[in-house]
Amino acid sequence: MELSITARQSLTAPSRPEAEHDAAAQASAPGGPWPGSRPKGRVALRQVGKTYLSSAGPVQALQDIELEIAPGSIFGIIGRSGAGKSSLLRTINRLETPTSGRIEVDGVDIATLDDAQLVQLRRRIGMIFQHFNLLSAKTVFDNIALPLRVAGVPRQQVEGRVRELLALVGLEDKADTYPRRLSGGQKQRVGIARALASGPEILLCDEATSALDPETTHAILQLLRDINRKLGITVILITHEMSVIREIADQVLVLEQGRIAELGPVWQVFGNPAHPATQALLAPLQQGLPPELLDQLQTVPPSGLHERILQLQYRGGDGLEPDLLRVAQALGGKTRLLQASVERIQGHTHGQLYIALADVTGSPDWQALTQGPTAIAHHIKELGYVTRT
Amino acid sequence: MSLELSLSIPIERYGNALVDTLQMVGISGALALVAGIPLAVLLIVTAPGGFLASPRVHRVLGSIINGFRATPFIVLLVALIPLTRLVAGTTIGVWAAIVPLAISATPFFARIVEVSLREVDPGLIEAAQALGCKKWDIVRHVYLPEALPGIVGGFTITLVALISSSAMAGAVGAGGLGDLAIRYGYQRFDTQVMVIVIAVLILLVSVVQRIGDGYVRWLRER
Repeated sequence: MELSITARQSLTAPSRPEAEHDAAAQASAPGGPWPGSRPKGRVALRQVGKTYLSSAGPVQALQDIELEIAPGSIFGIIGRSGAGKSSLLRTINRLETPTSGRIEVDGVDIATLDDAQLVQLRRRIGMIFQHFNLLSAKTVFDNIALPLRVAGVPRQQVEGRVRELLALVGLEDKADTYPRRLSGGQKQRVGIARALASGPEILLCDEATSALDPETTHAILQLLRDINRKLGITVILITHEMSVIREIADQVLVLEQGRIAELGPVWQVFGNPAHPATQALLAPLQQGLPPELLDQLQTVPPSGLHERILQLQYRGGDGLEPDLLRVAQALGGKTRLLQASVERIQGHTHGQLYIALADVTGSPDWQALTQGPTAIAHHIKELGYVTRT
Repeated sequence: MSLELSLSIPIERYGNALVDTLQMVGISGALALVAGIPLAVLLIVTAPGGFLASPRVHRVLGSIINGFRATPFIVLLVALIPLTRLVAGTTIGVWAAIVPLAISATPFFARIVEVSLREVDPGLIEAAQALGCKKWDIVRHVYLPEALPGIVGGFTITLVALISSSAMAGAVGAGGLGDLAIRYGYQRFDTQVMVIVIAVLILLVSVVQRIGDGYVRWLRER
């Protein structure tokens, strides 16, 4: 589905309620604890730790989490179930309180906020959920209007703003429908519209596509990216699917047993996964040598006609790309491409080529072909030999 | 043969008894509705893990409710006479029955509402908090609307229970259908009165149950 962001101006400058109806919020200055210019959506976690007390004793859910999320970026957090992703995400809007460390949103330690300020913080941080969490007793319109109504936005403004949001997520005709009549993808669109209602700078996505089919997942991710690009909202998402990270994230944090296993730009982490947890998560995306070739693989060259099997790896960076002509020339024999999986992520190519090379004898220095300006790949590995048929 | 001739007591007696019953059930039901829902909300929010978690308040409230629930209505009716005099200014008649009826129905209804509220998906509460809802907003926009089908179903059960309890109100001279059946049908062996009263009660309960069920179905299917 093609989505257009209409009324961009009014979405970037959201109708944040001027007059809060509760005295507590009125007592604090406009903008709450964030003085001066408009906040941007910068999130920093400083040595964050979280310990749960379970019947089996204390459980370390998070440990030494130190990270900074740039305003306007898409930050992905990935990990296996139970890695602490959910807890980590929920510390950012204080649905969960860390047992150690600090969380700063635009420089303010959110642990210092009182109840009224916390409500203000949450109006600046939208959140969407795996199971959508729409109110079944309210129509689509009323679900999206809820954050505005509880913030005391006047009726006429609510109407206009909800129509804008419905147009943004492409559900103009569903205003009076109840959530149970919507498909999963439509429900998540309502969730997104509701999360954007109070004009947040940060959007937290809790496994937002895990309950959706691949096609809908793609459409929702596109919508999230559109929102990120056009409204400049910082998107922080957790997922257990590497494909989600690959599709939209700028930075990725790999979480393993409550600790940071890896952190960096997606192309770097994908191109050169250092931690076993990352490698395990990436495994489903990577194609190895087909089983029937693996079975034939021999460590010593067989007598008679044979081919060497080479794996050429690309890890992104250095502008290195699989240049097929140069590969064939550099290998200096008859080259056959057996299998390849190559992707461009954030302008960096990574993946691998499996090549069958014939008519080359001896033991050429493959490493020489991975260095200097004439390099043809980041890494070349000789996997073995197969008999030529 | 006209209808009056075949009736052992004047038809007005039935009419008056029905009005008395409807009055007792309606007013005490309304009181239970108004008092029971806040009580149930209080039970939920003060429960462990609720957003006003307070074990002491929760325990005291729970004990009071259990106390009233454990006392049989006929005992309550008599035991509450001093309170009834204070509140209703009389200890006989319809109003004298309404006070104990409401007091016995409230904890009953509150427990049913509590169960419905407890079944509201915690994910919805979390979502509401994340959206910037304050505590009262969560009660108003999440707990009550989401639990409404259960609350309506519970109120239907409460009304039916009240129709049944109101039969005992004759003990304080409140009249009503149950009283009619006991005085004529049982004490004077007038089987006709007994049969007619039972038929009217069955009809009344059926109507209440059907309206309640219909409303719940409408709420769930929209």
